[in-house]
Amino acid sequence: MEKTFNLPQSLVDIPTHYCPGCGHGVAHRLICEVVDELGIRDKIIGVAPIGCAVIAYKYWDFDCCEAAHGRALAVAVGIKRCRPEAIVFTYQGDGDLAAIGCAETIHAANRGENLTTIFINNTVYGMTGGQMAPTTLLNQKTATTPGGRKAKFEGYPLKISELLAPLPGVAYIERVSTDSPQKIIAAKKAIKQAFVNQQQEKGFSLVEILSPCPTYLGMKPPDAAKWISEVLSKEFPLGRIK
Amino acid sequence: MKNEKLNKILITGNEAIAEGAIQAGCRFFAGYPITPQNEIPAYMSKRMPEVGGVFIQSESELAAISMVMGAAATGERAITTSSSPGISLKQEGISYIAGAELPAVIVNIMRAGPGLGNIWPAQSDYFQATKGGGHGDYHNIVLAPSSVQECFDLTLSAFDLADKYRNPVMILGDGMLGQMMEPIQTKGHRPHTKGPRSKNQKPWAVTGCAGRAPNLVASFRMAEGEMEKHNIHLKNKYDEIEEKEQRFEVFYTDEAEIIIVAYGTMARIAKGAVKNLRAKNKKIGLIRPITLWPFPKKAFAQSPRPNTQYLVVEMSNGQMVEDVQLAVGGRCPVEFYGRTGGGIPSEEEITKIIYGKDV
Repeated sequence: MEKTFNLPQSLVDIPTHYCPGCGHGVAHRLICEVVDELGIRDKIIGVAPIGCAVIAYKYWDFDCCEAAHGRALAVAVGIKRCRPEAIVFTYQGDGDLAAIGCAETIHAANRGENLTTIFINNTVYGMTGGQMAPTTLLNQKTATTPGGRKAKFEGYPLKISELLAPLPGVAYIERVSTDSPQKIIAAKKAIKQAFVNQQQEKGFSLVEILSPCPTYLGMKPPDAAKWISEVLSKEFPLGRIK
Repeated sequence: MKNEKLNKILITGNEAIAEGAIQAGCRFFAGYPITPQNEIPAYMSKRMPEVGGVFIQSESELAAISMVMGAAATGERAITTSSSPGISLKQEGISYIAGAELPAVIVNIMRAGPGLGNIWPAQSDYFQATKGGGHGDYHNIVLAPSSVQECFDLTLSAFDLADKYRNPVMILGDGMLGQMMEPIQTKGHRPHTKGPRSKNQKPWAVTGCAGRAPNLVASFRMAEGEMEKHNIHLKNKYDEIEEKEQRFEVFYTDEAEIIIVAYGTMARIAKGAVKNLRAKNKKIGLIRPITLWPFPKKAFAQSPRPNTQYLVVEMSNGQMVEDVQLAVGGRCPVEFYGRTGGGIPSEEEITKIIYGKDV
């Protein structure tokens, strides 16, 4: 029988350290499938974040560089400007990209840096124990909002994709989700577009992935996926933003 | 000799550092405006495009040092420059660069602090530069130029040392040195390469994994024992640097009863005082550390006399004096004189401190 579902060449064949039902594994795999399909493994350079995906480079079988928390896009700028022929991407969570790295994100986008950013929005800081993130929903309970996030004290969920969209240097922004097989297929299409844009030197491209963190949502994996589809996607609507 | 043109130019210390970087083959600059080092980014913004290099005015010092980290990770020679408050922000990236063992050059044209302080020259970042600065168990190599010529020459050395040891190298100057103009010879001893930039000359660099196994540039070492192993590896490297790279200048120390110890701008002034005093038959000399880390302990291994007195003069409340005390090891008395907050001890002031009057 023909095997139609194989491990991408760019993905290392080892178990990940992620929790059951976590979205990182799916996002990692989609990137690797796209890298294989575009034939860019030889010239891709990934910039790993600080957060649960800090060792993403253990699973990606291509060149990678670390960045301090929030500085992934600054590191990526240094790499890409020195090696314009390489395909350079950052992989960042909501705390990394939208809180501590907010300045780096806005200015890389505003300079129209020819880069690709994969932005994992799971509404919490996973690695440090489920604290409030900039994208945490109102009334959502986290380790640092035990009574739920209140607008009066913690402000509102930050929609960084919508914030970036008006900047002239931004070529492409799409928000996708990994809560169902159909949406995973759509997510892959968006990731591919974001890399093709870089090949075509179109400027800054970002794909925001709504991704489940069952551990810190306090839900079973299927319930976390359902929550993304029924609750999170209402606050962060899926689709092309730019 | 053929092709050995002596290129004599009148230039500021800041510009000499910038031109030194260009001639060292540095093709990446990222920085954020701050006085008194603004001549460097201004010069680089003009010069980098001429040699096919990259100039970025970054959104912050945090971003600038991380951009340098990315550039260095590709094997490119990269530099960032700033002044004291900006260097505090850069400590995050410097620690990562040290941990990931990347070569990079960081320039601190010091001003007075703490806090915003003022924009006057100072030497109050000695501790920060030589004792680590950022978090973790690491050292920068620290070079202290004392003239505009040395701003140029030591920048060339900085890139060589950074590559040799895969370690951050800091050039520690001050506002006076950065702003003053002197004629220098650039000698043209490095080719002005115009892109394409160095390709794959560093086997560990991230450039895309064509034809080899993937490379990883990272400081993260989570597995049990891995970080300690890395720290020991770094310690061994630092030991080697301490053994091989101590640099200093000795000036009239023969038979000296008094030896002034000073670096950078302060050494320049102290040298004038020593010269005048020697002309008046005073047995006084100068030791000028050129590497602040590794501190040139070798210069203090033997004293000219059993009772030689050391006087450390700094534009601070006393920072390098601690390293001099350690190096002298209690064999001879070590005194300190300093001014701070932008105050600079003059030749006359130094003379009066030593002899209690004009000589």
